[in-house]
Amino acid sequence: MSAGRAAGVEHAAGVEHAAGVGSPAGVEHAAGVGSPAGVEQAAPVARPVANRLVIAGREFESRLILGSGGFANHGLLRAACAAARVELCTVALRRIGVGGPRGGARSGAGAAGRSILDVLAEAGVDVLPNTAGCFTARDAVRTAELAREAFDTDWIKLEVIGDDRTLLPDAVELVGAAERLVADGFQVLPYTTDDPTLARRLEDLGCVAVMPLGSPIGSGMGICNPYNISLIVEHASVPVVLDAGVGTASDAALAMELGCDAVLCASAISRAHDPAAMAAAIRAGVEGGRLARRAGRIPRRRHAEASTPMTGLPSL
Amino acid sequence: MRVVVNGEDRTLPEGATVADVVRSLDLGSEPRGVAVAVDREVVVRGAWATTVLREGAHVEVLGAIGGGR
Repeated sequence: MSAGRAAGVEHAAGVEHAAGVGSPAGVEHAAGVGSPAGVEQAAPVARPVANRLVIAGREFESRLILGSGGFANHGLLRAACAAARVELCTVALRRIGVGGPRGGARSGAGAAGRSILDVLAEAGVDVLPNTAGCFTARDAVRTAELAREAFDTDWIKLEVIGDDRTLLPDAVELVGAAERLVADGFQVLPYTTDDPTLARRLEDLGCVAVMPLGSPIGSGMGICNPYNISLIVEHASVPVVLDAGVGTASDAALAMELGCDAVLCASAISRAHDPAAMAAAIRAGVEGGRLARRAGRIPRRRHAEASTPMTGLPSL
Repeated sequence: MRVVVNGEDRTLPEGATVADVVRSLDLGSEPRGVAVAVDREVVVRGAWATTVLREGAHVEVLGAIGGGR
């Protein structure tokens, strides 16, 4: 099992701030490592926290990853990339020039239309290919192989879904595909349910990140089970990227407050009334949530706690 | 020779290669972000010109689209 990240590692109140980011290893207290959920606010635990997101040795300034699905046109995608200042964006593979204008906007790959790859390259955004639309491990593995060939990257956002009504991951097929892809040298970032055990299994078999859903793809319902996301974060030693379900900025902020390392988001941006404005808002949400996580929130209480001393009250 | 390209029946001359099929899709001289599978096997770019199609082959020519979440 993974070393796990201690509950509260990144938000132990005051400790990290006082010790300073990047301070020597001496500030790392063992207390709380592997401790169960629910003690998050108890033990002051700190260790130097990297400001950058690091996945499989690659560093990212941005903790927001964009999904390119749902944008009405390339102009809106370009504007969202700029407003969100993302460095990574998903793309999918589909047949070229069938049932539509050959090489046109639908395929995006033809001479006649500008490719989504051109848009992303101009925006300075790297491509993260996905296996969207795959229902079996076999299809997902083959799609990943084709993506590696098409995009010249061994990174793959692995998606194996169970049905097209919920788009929820098929855990059995997902694990099977992940095992084969890891063995074949891919850097696998699996879209998974919010099941902590499944997330751990994916990490243990060699995935470079885990990407639990907050709620179903495109639903905009936010994080339906924050408790499970917290459990995944506590035990993961690879980055946790909240994937799917974000509807607005506060959802992204909550993901980061729960300790996620990054958020992936498309529909909330691409289908917003003003995609660029929502991209900026969600970016701000990610940053705010990250800051709050590191600042160390106060524990929740059932009753009030006075912030003003009761001593010295005048007798009036 | 009849083959299936992206789900559509096509008639190609004997000896046609994967490169011929890709060329026929009018993707420009050096298409980026394109991958090909023949009968479910990936054909790497370097082998397009030398991979001769056989009667009944199923060819998939794929490119990038917006997708994800």
